[in-house]
This record gives sequence, C-alpha cells and structure tokens, in this order.
Amino acid sequence: MEDFGNIVCSAFIVWLTLVVGLIVLPAMFGISLGITEVYMKVLVKTLEWATLRIQRGSKEQQKPTTLVSNGIILRDDGSMEKEITDLRKGRSKPQINGEFELSDIFYFSKKGFESIVEDEVTHRFTSEELVSWNLLTRSNNNFQYISLRISIIWVLGVCIRYCILLPLRVTLATIGLSWLVIGASLVGLLPNSRVKNWLSELVHLMCYRICARGLSATICYHNKENRPMKGGICVANHTSPIDIVILANDGCYAMVGQVHGGLLGIIQRAIVKACPHVWFERSEMKDRSLVTKRLRNHVADKTKLPILIFPEGTCVNNTSVMMFKKGSFEIGGTIYPVAIKYDPRFGDAFWNSAKYNMVSYLIRMMTSWAIVCDVWYLPSMTRQEEESAVQFANRVKAAIARQGGLVDLSWDGGLKRAKVKDTYKEEQQKSYSKMIVGDDSS
Amino acid sequence: MGSRASTLLRDEEIEEIKKETGFSHSQITRLYSRFTSLDKGENGTLCREDFQRIPELAINPLGDRIINTFFPEGEDQVNFRGFMRTLAHFRPIDDPEKNKDPNVSEPLNSRNNKLLFAFRLYDLDKDDKISRDELLQVLRMMVGVNISDDQLGSIADRTIQEADQDGDSSISFTEFIKVLEKVDVEQKMSIRFLH
Repeated sequence: MEDFGNIVCSAFIVWLTLVVGLIVLPAMFGISLGITEVYMKVLVKTLEWATLRIQRGSKEQQKPTTLVSNGIILRDDGSMEKEITDLRKGRSKPQINGEFELSDIFYFSKKGFESIVEDEVTHRFTSEELVSWNLLTRSNNNFQYISLRISIIWVLGVCIRYCILLPLRVTLATIGLSWLVIGASLVGLLPNSRVKNWLSELVHLMCYRICARGLSATICYHNKENRPMKGGICVANHTSPIDIVILANDGCYAMVGQVHGGLLGIIQRAIVKACPHVWFERSEMKDRSLVTKRLRNHVADKTKLPILIFPEGTCVNNTSVMMFKKGSFEIGGTIYPVAIKYDPRFGDAFWNSAKYNMVSYLIRMMTSWAIVCDVWYLPSMTRQEEESAVQFANRVKAAIARQGGLVDLSWDGGLKRAKVKDTYKEEQQKSYSKMIVGDDSS
Repeated sequence: MGSRASTLLRDEEIEEIKKETGFSHSQITRLYSRFTSLDKGENGTLCREDFQRIPELAINPLGDRIINTFFPEGEDQVNFRGFMRTLAHFRPIDDPEKNKDPNVSEPLNSRNNKLLFAFRLYDLDKDDKISRDELLQVLRMMVGVNISDDQLGSIADRTIQEADQDGDSSISFTEFIKVLEKVDVEQKMSIRFLH
C-alpha cells in the first residue's frame, strides 16, 4: 500500500513539474512553446471532419435538416404609421385624417404573433445555437445519432476533456490565482514608486497569462495601437467573467466592481494592495453620484491604470450588444471601446447566470475544447459638445457592434431578469392615438 | 447523443399537427424549439407569464388580448398542440387549387377564419356581436391615456354607425366582414415563414 502511495506521489510530482516547466513558466514570460497551436490544429481538423460526416449522415438518412438559419420568419420593418395606412388603403370612402378603422387591430395582432414566434431579445440570454455540432454534449440541440465513428470520437473527446484537460486546467488556474494573491500582497508591501507599479503590472500579467493557458485560450488582438492608455476608460461588450482574463492578458486595467466575500473577496483585497482598483460596497453602489465621483477621481489621475467597465451591466450571449448604461459615459475622459467576439465552435463562453452558478460555469469553461476569441481595439472616442450621455453611449455601442459583427440592440440587458418598462407601451399608445385623432391635441 | 428537441416530439405527432394546421415538418420542429425555449418551467406547457416574458409582446398594446387567444375557456396552460393551432391562423393562405378535398373542413388559416380570429379579439364575451363597450375596451387598450372618454366614445359610435346595417347598434360578424372586404387580409394577417 505504501509503495502504491509513493508511486502516486512521485507521479504527481513529476506531472506537476512538467506542468510548471512546460506551461506556467513560459506563460509567465509570454513565450509560447507551441503546444497550444498543435492542439488547436488537431482540434480544428477533427471538428471539420465531424461536420462533414454529420452532413453526409443526415443526407443519407434523408431526415429533413432543420436549418439553423438566422430566423424563422420574415418581418416587415415598416413603421406603425406606414403599416396602418397600408391597411386602410382598401377603404372605399376617402381618407379623413385621424380616424379609427376596425382593421387597425390587424397591425397589433400581427406584430404580437410575430414576436411570439420570434423576438429579438429572449434568445440573447441563452447560448448561441451552432450550425454544426462541435462534439460537446452541451451544445447538442438538434443533432441526432449519425455513425459509430462520430460516437467514438465523442467518447474520446469526453475522456480527454474531463480526465486530461480538466485536471490540468484546474491546476493551472489554482497556480495562477495563488500567484496573483501572493505576488500582489508581496508587491503591496513595497512603498509607492515606479518600481512598485512595474512589479504590480508584471504580477498581474503573469497571473492572467497562466489563467489564459488554463483555459486553452487563443486570443487574437487587433489594432494594438489603439490600446487603452492610462487615465482612460475601457468599455467592452460583456459575455462572461472570462472577458477580464481575455483583456488583461494584453494590458493592465483597474477593475471596478462590488466587494464580494469568499474567494473573490480574497483576490480583490490582495490585488488592491498592489495597484489601485475601485471596489464599492453594496450600499455605495446605490449612490450614483458617489460612484461617478470616485471613478472621476480615478480617471483624473493620469498615473492610474485605465478603468475597465462593462456598460451592459450583465452577460449576454455574444450575438448582440445590448443597451449601454449611461453611467460610464458621464464620467468624462477618453473612452477606449473594445469589441470581443468568441468563436462558439470551441466552447460556449456565455455565462447564463440564471442557469449556472459561478463554479459550474467555470467547470463548463474548463471542459470545453478551448476558448477562441478576437479582440479589436477601436480608436478612442470622447463625448461631443451637444451629445448627451445616452447618445454618446449609443455611438460607442454601434461602433463596437459593427466591429464585432454583433447585432446592435437598444433593449436593456436587465430584461434577463426584470420586466420591460411600461414606457415603451405608452410610446406606442401615444403614436397610435395621434393617428386616430390627427395632430390636434384633445 | 440523441437530440433533445426532436425526440420529444414524435413523428406521429408531427404528422397530426401537419394535417391539422398545414405547417411543414421543418416549420413544426422550429416552432417546437421556440415553444420549449419559452417554456421556462419545462413542463411541456406555457402559462401566461411565459408569454409576458417576451419584451416585444409585453409592450404591445393588445398584448394581453393576444395572449388570451392561446388559452381556451378558463384554462391557464397551453400545450404545443394548442400553441400551433392558434399560430396556424397566421399561416399564409394556401393556394386554393391545392386543397381540392371537399371533405377537409375549412383550414384554420382561411380568409374567413382569419377574420373570425380578428373578430374574436374584439368580441370578448363571444356573443357574436361587437358591442359599443367591447369596442371601447379595445380602443382604450390601443390608445392608453392619450384620448378622453368622450372623444373615444364618439369614435366608437362613428365606427359602429358606419358598419351597422341591421340597426342593432353592434357589429355582427357578417357586418364585420363587409367592412373589411377590401382589406388584404391574406397579407396583413399572415406571418411569412422562411422555409
């Protein structure tokens, strides 16, 4: 028994040394040994092969393939005025401006049924549907049994992901986070100086690089010349907590957020010793002016790192960008927009916080094939003279959506949990009232 | 490795729904996906809250009426068959040559049935007449607070006056059809499905 224990111990130590030597150390210094590249190549080849087999298989079985096209229905995009006027064209009597017709109801009922069949919002809060199965059980919605070979590959995939990749990634994440806490606390002991800042940046970068390796993340940064500078505000679209790791791999940011308890709280307290982040107590978050003031002070200090903010306020599924809350755009300063787009074939990065808590989410992340994403740094923007904060927010949102190939929506991400505000319904009622009484106010 | 959506919907069921509503196989499976994604309780039926969760429907002035059309008398749950049956009203009208079978009863999406569907949106108590009150109720839903009671009342009166032919101060279904005979019901009460 003891021998067995010894063997297990030594095996573990050997394995740990390999991991540290081959992955952690190169990651810390930003060097790549090419292991991830090889893995990705094999993975892409396998997935392409699987796609072909599945397509061939469904043709042979002559099952009608449910195409995952971009929509179920084709909608008219006309305005309320245009549609209702169209409806009334059939009337034989001359059109008197401002009148009600029994046919007006058709407009609202058709719009209602169209939204029941397909709407712009509800599916943004669930994971994106894939065009072809990527051999992960979790993304299996409409794909049926095809062949023995695919099933074997799938079983092999499960074994590799859960027995090899998962322990490896958990180890890396643990190493990375412990290093962050220890390193940041050590750096925090130094007096404030340029050396301290440089060391703190180094510690942060190293940790995030290790964590990124821990997720087999392949990140492609575009337009690095637009990288956020000190004293600025970096805004990005939000898909998951991993976004922070993705962005921090290429630069140092000051984080903004609520103070948490538990493990996250330990990390928060440690890193704030090394360089200033902005953590708020829950009670402070409610006071908008206080929040704005603290952020403004941080931004005004040009030696401090750029703040990282996700104006959507919640995670959405990376097919669209939802309403940006105007708070971040009232602070002033230069905004550096960043667009992040994940490739859903290798792993679904979206955190459905209604369905999964943080731990199950992280396990899902660590058992995906990989995280592949593109990050575009967009040129900086500042608020114009006559622009309101809301207009500025929309301008930035449109730029990010355009770059990332995402749909630009003005719906609030908060609709994930909350009901829609009645003001939108009231707007529609107002427009319709104008149509039936003409423009003279009653 | 089976698929979640299609195996829960058996082929026989799909065939039955196809016969009853006229939707194609792929449309039925797509709509079943939609049904399950709306079904947050995962019990195979939708309740009113499931519909109200759709923001675009919640802000529709007639949202509540539309939701009610899915729920038969006194019931609070609708299953997939009922869901499809109601949606079938909005299927585009079929080519009249295709349906030569005299034994098949009028399809759910015929012009007549579409008009009947719209009529029922007004006629809440199902007495086959749209009374002044019922008309006022729908008008109030569509205009919100922006028009006074008096003005709304006169609009309702005017509408009934124009449509009413037998002088009973309410609109029967025949009168309703007459008023709307020139309206392109085919296009305006149909949803264009892709494939």
